[in-house]
Amino acid sequence: MGQGMGRGPIRALFGRELGLALGRGGGPLLALGFYAGVAVLLPLAEGPDPARLAAVAPGAAFASLALASLLTLERLFERDYEDGGLDLLTLGEPGLAVVAAVKCLAQWIATGLPLAAVAPLVAITLGAAPSLAPILFLASLLAGLGFAFIGGVGAALALGARRGGVLIAVIVLPLFTPLVVFGAGAVDAAAAGLNIGPPLALLAAFSLFSVALAPVAMAAACRNALS
Amino acid sequence: MTETADAPKPDAICELVLQDLAVTRGGRVLFSELNLHLKAGEAVSLTGANGAGKTSLLRVVAGLAQPSAGRLRYLGQAGELDPREAQSHDIHFAGHQDGLKAQATVQSELSFWARWAGGSMAARDAAVQRYGLTPLLGLETRRLSAGQRRRVALARLAAAPRRLWLLDEPMAPLDIATRARFAEEMVGHLAKGGIILAAVHDPLPIPTREVRLVRPVSIPQEAK
Repeated sequence: MGQGMGRGPIRALFGRELGLALGRGGGPLLALGFYAGVAVLLPLAEGPDPARLAAVAPGAAFASLALASLLTLERLFERDYEDGGLDLLTLGEPGLAVVAAVKCLAQWIATGLPLAAVAPLVAITLGAAPSLAPILFLASLLAGLGFAFIGGVGAALALGARRGGVLIAVIVLPLFTPLVVFGAGAVDAAAAGLNIGPPLALLAAFSLFSVALAPVAMAAACRNALS
Repeated sequence: MTETADAPKPDAICELVLQDLAVTRGGRVLFSELNLHLKAGEAVSLTGANGAGKTSLLRVVAGLAQPSAGRLRYLGQAGELDPREAQSHDIHFAGHQDGLKAQATVQSELSFWARWAGGSMAARDAAVQRYGLTPLLGLETRRLSAGQRRRVALARLAAAPRRLWLLDEPMAPLDIATRARFAEEMVGHLAKGGIILAAVHDPLPIPTREVRLVRPVSIPQEAK
């Protein structure tokens, strides 16, 4: 009972965070609605010329993916901070960096995965070739991992600030840039029949780099907010 | 699992020592040169005016904030413990906020926090029994009254064995029956070698040593 002590708390936290992420502020539906909304607005603003839309489809899909990923970040640490839960999470064996990593992982699965599933739909609606669907999904999924962890740093830094949401966007959007560049780059390369290896590898490297470093930064930012 | 609840872990906190501790909040010294030595089985109630630094001291001992001067030591059976290790393994903190998610049920919250603090489901069930929480298990925590929420928060202490209890006004919202219940819990905890440090205005219903926090006047003075 309760054995395998090291794992138990982390698994329990993951289950809890996933549940909270799915219910948080409308959950993934809000992000999905926003993402689909941008995809509908773009042709209206840009004009219905298929050739023109197809040219911008991958870039537009990734830019709106980055924006949609921002929406649910504000609540990542804020509720635990406000209700005192973050104090108690700090007093657990795994430590704050692990707590932060688990939260971001849950955020990725709750928001990043549905967004990645919809990404091919959005890009194809905008006029991208249907054959690009697999690479769109893969690149969006990888980018989503980076969005969740880098976004988590912004969310932790904005703890206790009054207009936290705006602050998160200002902190995080510049750091999202490489993910958007490499993600859209991989899809463009696939569309042009070029080697998708380099942009995809850079995308994965940037995401994994953020997975490795962000938890330490988030833990420091949370400690700072608590004290 | 009942044996493990009573047998102290090798790295259990047996003594808490504060040496010349000073705590600053917002640039102002709340208290300084605070010396306090707590041994297993002892309870100290911290008193003092509003803003004297009772909550801040509890947060410092929990490692949630840093002291501006002085040392904080946790001693185990075999000597000095790593502070971070002691804080993450052997401290229960019950603050003003109960740390309960509004949309989650009492059952899921208690299960999670018991597991998070290293407790067993058997200990959780025992805590539910002792605090009479069975009828509330299926309710979302936002439906609870302040006193019921506190009962859930205190049941958390019983659901995982940890030696040092840091309590911030634990009794305030409780009804008379639950106060008596919690007094028994505290006595039982001390009998098992636990340590209690509680910030209070009304005295706790158990024998405690009182430590009064006094704000230094102009020159930092000894805060007893």
